[in-house]
Amino acid sequence: MNVIASRLARTRTWRARLIGTLGPATATAGFVWAVIQPYRITLLHPDGQGFWWLVAEPPLWVLLVGLAFARYVAPGLIEDLDAAEG
Amino acid sequence: MQPKAEIVHWMFATGFLMLGLCLLAEALVGPEVWARRAWRPYLWPGLAFFMGVWMWPVMVFFTNSAIHTLAHGSWAQVMMLCGGAELALVRGKLHNPLWRLTTALAFVVSGAALLIHEQNGWLFQRSAFLHHALGWWLLGCSVFAIGRALKPRMVVWQTGFAVTFVLVAAMLYCDRDLAPIFGHLSNVAGAPHR
Repeated sequence: MNVIASRLARTRTWRARLIGTLGPATATAGFVWAVIQPYRITLLHPDGQGFWWLVAEPPLWVLLVGLAFARYVAPGLIEDLDAAEG
Repeated sequence: MQPKAEIVHWMFATGFLMLGLCLLAEALVGPEVWARRAWRPYLWPGLAFFMGVWMWPVMVFFTNSAIHTLAHGSWAQVMMLCGGAELALVRGKLHNPLWRLTTALAFVVSGAALLIHEQNGWLFQRSAFLHHALGWWLLGCSVFAIGRALKPRMVVWQTGFAVTFVLVAAMLYCDRDLAPIFGHLSNVAGAPHR
């Protein structure tokens, strides 16, 4: 019984950790993209750029999606996962 | 003041990325845990429906040929259909889980529309390559959507379904209005403007 319980705990930790890393991993991907292709960040060279080119910053959008997921979706989900399996 | 087509593609890529992350999280924790908070089951179908609604202005303002207009119109319709059906399933207005096959239909129609409306070869220019890649990707991944409708508890279908959206987002982020692909750019495509 203890073996089953410890296996369940390990699985839970593994899944919770994976959920917890989804957001930061996405945000890191956005950051790395911004470093590799800095010309995609028009905010770094705003002269002569129109409104939409200043709004459209795909690497920053990826970063924001990662942060939003980490801030608004992941914590509650991990909490619910623990409650369901604990 | 109108954004360029590539910028619109990046906006949709951002929506698809969020969609993919939510679906991946749902695949990891299972539908019961995901549904523990009332708002969460509405997240992905709501986002799909919302993007379907926004596809209409894209169709009106960003298409320059009949076949292009028809393709975008078909995406708008199937995205709204699958989003609406999944919303109705969550809400309890629909009961038969086979309504999830509307998502598979959306994949097939979207993939076919991408392939049919692209008149040029793979290496004509970047957007042509992405149309072919996205079209075949969606047609192939309809297997995951069908599997998810028939065997919703199998992790492989749920994970494949989620990864489908993440890669669609990655491909949409690669889009440019006119740019080379792997060093190829057709002479008749025009000059890359950025």
